[in-house]
Amino acid sequence: MPEYQNIFTRVQVRAPAYLGTPMPRGTWARQGTPFFNHLFGRFGDAQIGPFYLGTTGLLSLLCGFVAFEIIGLNMLASVNWNVVQFIRLLPWLALEPPAPSNGLHFPRLQDGGWWLMAGFFLTSSVLLWWLRMYRRARALGMGTHVAWAFAAAIWLYLVLGIIRPVLMGSFGEAVPFGIFPHLDWVAAFSLRYGNLFYNPFHCLSIAFLYGSALLFAMHGGTILAVSRYGGEREIEQILDRGTAAERAALFWRWTMGFNATMESIHRWAWWFAVLCPLTGGIGILLTGTVVDNWYLWAVKHHVAPIYPHVFPPVIDPASLPGAPK
Amino acid sequence: MKFDLLTRSFKFARQNAAGHGRNVPTLAIAGIAAVVLLAGCERPPIEQKQNGFRGTGMDTNINPRIDASKSANNEIPVTLPEASPDGPLAASVYQNVQVLKDLSVGQFTRVMLAMNQWVAPPEQSCNYCHGANMASDERYTKVVARRMLQMVRYINTDWKDHVGKTGVTCYTCHRGHAVPQNVWFESPTQGAGRGLSAGDPNLYSPHATVGDSSLPYDPDTEYLLGDRQIRVIGEHPLPDGVNSSIQHTEVTYALMMQFSQSLGVNCTYCHNSRSFAVWDQSTPKRTTAWYGIRMVRNINNDYLVPLTATFPTHRLGVLGDVAKVSCATCHQGLFKPLYGVSMLKDYPELKGPYVHEPPATEPVAPPAPGAKTTSLAPAAGAGASIKIAQR
Repeated sequence: MPEYQNIFTRVQVRAPAYLGTPMPRGTWARQGTPFFNHLFGRFGDAQIGPFYLGTTGLLSLLCGFVAFEIIGLNMLASVNWNVVQFIRLLPWLALEPPAPSNGLHFPRLQDGGWWLMAGFFLTSSVLLWWLRMYRRARALGMGTHVAWAFAAAIWLYLVLGIIRPVLMGSFGEAVPFGIFPHLDWVAAFSLRYGNLFYNPFHCLSIAFLYGSALLFAMHGGTILAVSRYGGEREIEQILDRGTAAERAALFWRWTMGFNATMESIHRWAWWFAVLCPLTGGIGILLTGTVVDNWYLWAVKHHVAPIYPHVFPPVIDPASLPGAPK
Repeated sequence: MKFDLLTRSFKFARQNAAGHGRNVPTLAIAGIAAVVLLAGCERPPIEQKQNGFRGTGMDTNINPRIDASKSANNEIPVTLPEASPDGPLAASVYQNVQVLKDLSVGQFTRVMLAMNQWVAPPEQSCNYCHGANMASDERYTKVVARRMLQMVRYINTDWKDHVGKTGVTCYTCHRGHAVPQNVWFESPTQGAGRGLSAGDPNLYSPHATVGDSSLPYDPDTEYLLGDRQIRVIGEHPLPDGVNSSIQHTEVTYALMMQFSQSLGVNCTYCHNSRSFAVWDQSTPKRTTAWYGIRMVRNINNDYLVPLTATFPTHRLGVLGDVAKVSCATCHQGLFKPLYGVSMLKDYPELKGPYVHEPPATEPVAPPAPGAKTTSLAPAAGAGASIKIAQR
C-alpha cells in the first residue's frame, strides 16, 4: 500500500521488451535494440527504445542542428572564438535580429542575416517535428490531440518570431536568440507597449497557465490517491466506473460541490494547456499592431483601477514653457 | 500504515547514524547547490517603506547592510573656519583670477584650501595645479579646475530644479580624489545582429553599469551626451504612427537600470510600475530626475567635452574622449548625495555669482612630456551638443 505514497515509482514490472504494433508498408523500420534502465523506470517506463526516426524526424533533427550551429557559432564568434569566454558568458550571449532600420529586407549575414537563417532552420525543424508527431499518431491509430497541442505552442512561437514582425514591418521586432537577451526582450516589449499585464489576452494566458498547473496537481493528486483502488487504470474507469472513480468523484463533490469525470478531466487539462499559448499568441499579435499602450487602453475601457493620489500632482516638466530639451 | 511510515523513517535515521546512509552526499550536494543558487541574493531582512497607496507596490526596499557599507564614502569632511567677506578682493591682490573675482582674499584662500582638501592628491597638494608662479596656467589641472569652479557656480545658480538649495561643491563628485571615481567614457559601438564578424569580447559580457544584465551597456553616449528621446512608450492607446523599436526601448531600459544603481533605489522611487510613462502616476522625484538628466547633458556638453583637448592623453578614454558625468558621479549609490547634507551652506563662496562664459575650447596648457593632446578631440559639442534656455 505505501508504495503509492512515494514520489518515485517503486514497482517496476519487467517483461520482454515490447516492440510495438506492426508497421504499415512504406515506412521506416524502428531503430535500436530495446533495453531497460532502472533509473528511468523510477520516473517512467524502464524500457528504452526502439526509436522511430523517419524522414520527417531525420530532416527535423538536421534543420535543428543547423539552427543550433548557426546560433552557437555566432555566439562563439562574438567572444572572439574564445571557448572559455563562451562558457563563462553563455547566458549573456546573443544572436540578435536585424536592426529596426532594416525593415523586412534580407540583410547582410553579419547584420542579422544569420538570425534570419537560424530562424528559418529552427522553424523548419519545429514544423517537421510537428508533422512527424501527427503522422506517428495516425500510424498508431491514435487521435492527433498531442500534435494539435504542440501546434498551439508553435502558434505562439510563430507570432513572436515572424507573424508579428512582418505585420509591424520590421524583423527587428522579433526575439533575439540567447538566454538573458530573450528575457530582456520580454521586459522591453512589455515596457514599450505600456505594460502587458493590462493586455486581456495576456491575462487569459496567465489564467490558463496557472490553471493548467492547478488542474495538473488536482488530477495527479486525485488519481494517485485512489490508485490503491485501481484508479490509475483511468481508461477502464471511464468505461466501467469502479470504486476508485466513485471515491474520486465524491471527494471533489464533497469538497467543492462539483467534479470532473474520469474522461472529462483530460479534456479540461488539454484545453487549459492549449489555450495558454493560443490566447498568449493573440495577445502578442495585437500588441503594436492594433494596441500601442495597454495601460492607456485599459484606462480608456475602465479596466485599470483608479487609486487615490498619494503624492502631490506631478506634471510633465517637458510640457512647461521654456523647459530644457 | 502510518505506523509503517514511521518505522521506515526510523530505519532511515538509523541507517544514517550507522554511516551506511547514501543520502548524506545527496544532502551535501543539495546544500551546496542551495548556497550557489542563493549566492546572488541579498540576505533578509530587507526593510520596506511604503510610499504610495496601499497595495500598489510603491515601496522603497532598503538593505540596511548595504546602506551601512555606503556610509564610509559619504562622510562630510571637516568644515574649514569661515572667512570674512571683508577686505580687499582676491582679484585685486592676485594675478589671473578669472572666476572667483567677487571673493575677499580670505574667502579665496578658503576655497583654495578646500580644493586642496577635497580634490588635490595630498602628496602634491597646491602643486597639483600650481607651478612656481601661482598665477600661471601652465598646468592643465589649473585650467580644468577653473572651468569646474565655473561649473559649480553655474549648477548652484541655474540648476536649482535639480540640486535645490542643497547645491553642489567640488566634494560632491571628487570625494578626495583628483578624478571623481564614477565617471564614464564612450565604449566601442555595440551593434544589433553582429554575427560572425563580431570580435570584441567586451561586447556581450555582463556590465556592472547596467546591473550585469545583457542590456546594451553604454546608454550614456546616447542619452547623457546626446539628447536621444527617452520616451519610447506609446502615448495613445492605439497606434499613432510613431513607433519606437524594442532595441531603442532596451537602451532606455539600460539607462534606467543605471539610474537605479546610481541612486540605490528601485523603479518605484520615481515611477509607478503600472505605467512607467504616465506622469500623473509618478512620484514628484521623477521631476527632479528629469531635470537631472538635462543637467548632466548640459554639463557634459558645455563643460567637459570642450576640455577634451586640455587633458593629457592618459586622462582620456580608449576612444580619446574626455571623462564625463552621469548620475553616479554625484549620487554614488545614494538617492541624495552625501545623505542630503548641504556642504554648500558652509561654503557660500561657491554659490555665485555666475557669469555665463563661452566654454574654453583651445588647449591652454602644454601637455606633460610625451603626452598627446591634439587630434583625439571631437569637434566641441558637434552633433551631441544641446543648448539650454537660460532662465
